[in-house]
Amino acid sequence: MKESTVKKVLILGSGALKIGEAGEFDYSGTQALKALREEGISTVLINPNIATVQTSEGVADKIYFLPVTPSFVEKVIEKERPQGILLSFGGQTALNCGVELFRSGALERYGVKVLGTPVQTIIDTEDRELFVQRLDEIGVHTIRSHAASSREEAKAAAAELGYPVIVRAAYALGGLGSGFCDNEAELETVTAKAFTFSSQVLIEKSLKGWKEIEYEIVRDSYDNCIAVCNMENFDPLGIHTGESIVVAPSQTLTNSEYHFLRKTSIDIVRHLGIVGECNVQYAFSPDGEDYRVIEVNARLSRSSALASKATGYPLAFIAAKLSLGYGLFELKNAVTKDTPAFFEPALDYVVCKIPRWDLAKFKEVSRELGSSMKSVGEVMAIGRCFEEAIQKGLRMIGQGANGFVCNKPYKVEDLDYALRNPDDTRIFAIAAAFESGYDVERIHRLTNIDRWFIDRLENIEKTYRAMEACNSLQDVSKELMLKAKREGFSDIQISRVFHIPEGEVRDFRHSLGLRPCIKQIDTLAAEFPSVTNYLYLTYNGDCSDISPKEGAVIVLGSGAYRIGSSVEFDWCGVNAAATVRKSGRQAVIINYNPETVSTDYDACDRLYFDELSFESVSEICEVEKPMGVIVSVGGQIPNNLALPLSQAGIPLLGTSADSIDKAEDREKFSSIVDKTGIDQPRWSSLRNYDEVEKFVAEVGFPVLVRPSYVLSGAAMNVCYSKDHLREFLERAVEVSEEHPVVISSFMQRCKELECDAVADGGKILACAISEHIEFAGVHSGDATIQFPAQSTYGVTAAKIRRTAAAIAAELQITGPFNIQFLAGDDSLKVIECNLRASRSFPFVSKVLKLNFIELATKAMLGEHPKGGHIDPFELEYVGVKSSQFSFARLGKADPVLGVDMTSTGEVACLGDSLDEALLKSMLSVGHRIPKKSVLISSGDALQKADLLPACKRLAANGFKIYATGGSWRYMQDNGVPAERAYWPDEDAGDSPAALDLIKDHKVELVINIPKDFSEGELGNGYKVRRAAVDFNVPLITNSRLADAYIRAFCKFGEAELAIKPWDSYC
Amino acid sequence: MNKAVLELENGLSLEGMSFGYDGPCSGELVFSTAMVGYPESLTDPSYEGQILCVSYPIVGNYGIPAMTRDEWGVCLGFESEKIHVRGLVISDYSGKFSHFDAVKSLGQWLREEKIPAICGIDTRHLTQLLRDNGTLSARILPASVGVPSERVPLRSTTPGKVGPLEGTPSLSGGNLASVVSCRKPILYGKGGKRVVLVDCGVKHQILHCLLQRGIEVLRVPWNTDVNTIDADGIMISNGPGDPSACVPAIENIRKAMEGDRPIFGICLGNQIMSLAAGATTYKMKYGHRSHNQPVRLCGTDRCFITSQNHGYAVDTATLGEDWEPYFVNLNDGTSEGIRHRSKPFFSAQFHPEASSGPTDTEFLFDDFISAL
Repeated sequence: MKESTVKKVLILGSGALKIGEAGEFDYSGTQALKALREEGISTVLINPNIATVQTSEGVADKIYFLPVTPSFVEKVIEKERPQGILLSFGGQTALNCGVELFRSGALERYGVKVLGTPVQTIIDTEDRELFVQRLDEIGVHTIRSHAASSREEAKAAAAELGYPVIVRAAYALGGLGSGFCDNEAELETVTAKAFTFSSQVLIEKSLKGWKEIEYEIVRDSYDNCIAVCNMENFDPLGIHTGESIVVAPSQTLTNSEYHFLRKTSIDIVRHLGIVGECNVQYAFSPDGEDYRVIEVNARLSRSSALASKATGYPLAFIAAKLSLGYGLFELKNAVTKDTPAFFEPALDYVVCKIPRWDLAKFKEVSRELGSSMKSVGEVMAIGRCFEEAIQKGLRMIGQGANGFVCNKPYKVEDLDYALRNPDDTRIFAIAAAFESGYDVERIHRLTNIDRWFIDRLENIEKTYRAMEACNSLQDVSKELMLKAKREGFSDIQISRVFHIPEGEVRDFRHSLGLRPCIKQIDTLAAEFPSVTNYLYLTYNGDCSDISPKEGAVIVLGSGAYRIGSSVEFDWCGVNAAATVRKSGRQAVIINYNPETVSTDYDACDRLYFDELSFESVSEICEVEKPMGVIVSVGGQIPNNLALPLSQAGIPLLGTSADSIDKAEDREKFSSIVDKTGIDQPRWSSLRNYDEVEKFVAEVGFPVLVRPSYVLSGAAMNVCYSKDHLREFLERAVEVSEEHPVVISSFMQRCKELECDAVADGGKILACAISEHIEFAGVHSGDATIQFPAQSTYGVTAAKIRRTAAAIAAELQITGPFNIQFLAGDDSLKVIECNLRASRSFPFVSKVLKLNFIELATKAMLGEHPKGGHIDPFELEYVGVKSSQFSFARLGKADPVLGVDMTSTGEVACLGDSLDEALLKSMLSVGHRIPKKSVLISSGDALQKADLLPACKRLAANGFKIYATGGSWRYMQDNGVPAERAYWPDEDAGDSPAALDLIKDHKVELVINIPKDFSEGELGNGYKVRRAAVDFNVPLITNSRLADAYIRAFCKFGEAELAIKPWDSYC
Repeated sequence: MNKAVLELENGLSLEGMSFGYDGPCSGELVFSTAMVGYPESLTDPSYEGQILCVSYPIVGNYGIPAMTRDEWGVCLGFESEKIHVRGLVISDYSGKFSHFDAVKSLGQWLREEKIPAICGIDTRHLTQLLRDNGTLSARILPASVGVPSERVPLRSTTPGKVGPLEGTPSLSGGNLASVVSCRKPILYGKGGKRVVLVDCGVKHQILHCLLQRGIEVLRVPWNTDVNTIDADGIMISNGPGDPSACVPAIENIRKAMEGDRPIFGICLGNQIMSLAAGATTYKMKYGHRSHNQPVRLCGTDRCFITSQNHGYAVDTATLGEDWEPYFVNLNDGTSEGIRHRSKPFFSAQFHPEASSGPTDTEFLFDDFISAL
């Protein structure tokens, strides 16, 4: 190892989860911190994402919940004086921030050394022109492209290259601001947007239809290089790699192709001088050995996280060690623990990554896939043939698919169009094509997907047909049954063929003796013995690699990140497993999300990287014979398994399945609430429209409509009128036929309060009450939350505690739970109760410095822990949690908040006052404090009144206020100086037009409060909101939040915000 | 596809489906963890006498290209003119292939070349078995061959030897280089420096690596006395079998080492050079067959990923004083090459010509040529 004088290192995190930058950076950052700690190096972490594992106690020495922006990072550097900084573990956010600090001279000023890949190399890979130049030096082909700094330059370049072209914004994560253009008009639109994200755009010849291949390369400071993994996109070039199904290793490359690209990658990495990890993306022509390098990511990435999980090679951990000067040959293979880290993993399985989209949650959004990323999460499925892996994966994404076949009918008007223009359902369009009699060749021509993949999908279709040809399940031969299982058919899927219950298929399968094998992922394809605990299930095998010790505790993970369930549940799972291990028992995790820390094989004693289905979990339990299964720390997926697992005789730890069912079932829960004497909004469970009409006539509009068993408010909506209700209901009923629709009175202008708690045997051990800044009506996952509650009366808090205690006792809760309340002027109503950990568990645990999951897990293990004795109301500081939205990536989506959750991530910051914490928190999700001018449209009369003090405050602080029609008049009447801005549909020629103010960046903040949440709000308001998103001007759509934010930034400048680590708040 | 059975010396019998030639075969069962390169591997003469089990489950995806030759008449995409493995064992066969270059499926090629192959086998399990027990004798029997009870038992009294099996060729072991070597000298290229290549079963990529560098190559039968041949340097190729059985080749090289002409050996060539230098070789438990073998250039911090295919190794401790280890395997510490302390003699146990596998060590050809 080369000498290192570094004793203290600063690591930059990636902030809130957003589209294009998600949980993978919690995983890479956590690994890096672990690698540094092992070396006795003191670590400082800046990351406002409070729900992450990396921001937990004991992972880094100092944690700052602050925005990852140059000014805040510089202040932390000034305070902490680290000798080194790591930029490549926090995604594009950290990389960009680091480059800016380098350019401003801040790093040099404080003598901070960038460890690992030098900054100049980062700049070489990020600046497209420099990048092409550097690769030209070694004769490596890049996509012929022209940098343009103006729209005119862009047009000229496109004309020279010939359409179609692709536009890319430099320094943008996940292809933000990128797009394909078939003609000049399209180019105009795309470049206008791209220039708002970057001062430079790249115009390139489009290579649609080429294969997309990636290599993950590692290089040490001795110039030793390895290619840890290669991956092939199922979808051809043209679909962002984050939007594509990806397989590892590549399936259609010959030896010479594979090794040509491998060698080229290594040449590139050597030439650029990467030290650590790097990703090289290729376009590879399917009809020859021609190629282009698409891009090089000189940092850990989503692909590197996937590659780590796909191979068992801990890329981030190794990259962190290499940045300290280690050689690869000096480090050990973490799996074999014997052979060195200098090797290339050999796989004896295939993995399939499938993105998870949540586009149905967004109004108006375009569902077509392209060069910009829209997916919010991903899954990785492991099998010993492609069919097995992809069918598992399609179930794992959790959107109702049973696999490739046996799904709900795929409805599409023009199948050829759907195949040619992929959207988030493209794989099911292929299934539909087979059903319609298309052959492999025809599907290939329409989709450009390699025939090999389509052939394999056809195998699944054929097996389905063979089963369908049998009269009954009993007629299915053992051979056919085995073939189906080997091709990844689930019991449910087979049950759909014969219209029988899943249980019959399971019994039949067991009667044939068909059980899955457990295989290890060992990095060397069994060449060397290893004691790896990284496992998966497969039917393509004769025998299992392991026979586990009985009596472990199984923790069920949270599955794919999606809107409503993400890194917070990973934190819960990791902490539950750690607590189990501390108790002296073995911890087993089942999860399949490659972006997580819980799927890091040292988070537990055994990791099953497999489905969270009844079938898989019960097969694993059959082998594991666990002491019990924890279903309450992974969100709704494991929660829904509680009842079937328990009915199958599998022991659950904590609250009984019966109680969980009582809380989930609205009728059962309602009667419990009545019994405890607490109020709830009027509601009714209804099965037809006549019943609905009758009920609504009683309670009046607006009403909240929702199906049972939901997590994030999918298909939940507030309806303001009869027409609206009828129209929505027609859609909602289709979503859940077997469940009745629940309609409740929607209470406006109420405060929403949450109680996160832990109980043992029905007695509360700890309880945290937090308060939403927005009024009820904004989904709790989108709301801005303050903890401890800052404006809740002691009486109300006491009432909440009493209610929680009563519910805990009634349901005999052991473990985590969460209750949501509405507080009106003189009323308190329960709206929801979940007998599992909630989204805010890491937030309240970290603010309170009491680990609720540790406490809950101890209770579930039967250790009867002592409760926490901290009174949140005595804390001398405040935590504020803000939501991160990714509307910029979701073209055309209306960025408005409602009862359905739309945020993709969150942050939380601490402050000595609410204002300070709120301001830090807002800055952490991308807000920038306005200096001069604000555009305001303040909604209905009540909201206008709500906002008036804030408007006055703005005026008093010298801000120029632009206001649209009604808001402008209201301000005139109330003596607030404002200039009128015109709506898009107001007379042309009147200026300033609201849209121009946004496009020309004449306003630095847009406050646009929709009057109500009805469909009619489209039009003017929508155009303004969308423009703010598209032109990257911060937007607030809620009057309560706008008021709080304005108050905060009028009181504090950025310079006055305290730079204090987590442990200084006490 | 018909059913087939894979029978092992230890009595294990695994059922699968036949996707190659519908006949029996027997041989020494070895495993490879390479994930690509089946056309190259199957035609590698070093696999002579062996049944190959591929750990990576999915094989056949990109089919088989047409047999073409370059300007010097050397095979492209294949390592020799024919398949050398006795049989192939895989898990999941891609009967339908997809590649612009492919002209036939793997199964068709195997049938044309009369090589049996079985799929549907748990090759991970088999790999573990071979790893733990060491290499085993085995045979593939298609269902058409008959019922098991009528067959001669595979298990025999002599370890490593398999009972005779009607209709299959005799077994591996001993001097197999003589089986796969060319019968008479062949001259490739013209002009420039001249290298005499001792063919113990040479992979065509080795010829390529020399010819591409402007070298004239005289490929000679394995037992040719190179000392009588006019050339600037001597290369000893890869090949199958036990190196100690190649006595004439060892003797010839020993004599050549008295002189100063550069000598470069690859794989079996490395073992022959080591034996000529006075060291000994031994049979490894299950050998190295993969694309991911890490080696270190001794005395430096430089490491390389190499392609390997060998079942014997050199005992470094037995090297004479004039010699030193050149490369060492980072996984198990075995010898990966030797070099002379003063003369231009060196060798590699791995395959610097790659094909199939990583090309990181091709510089050894440059080193050799610059020494000529």
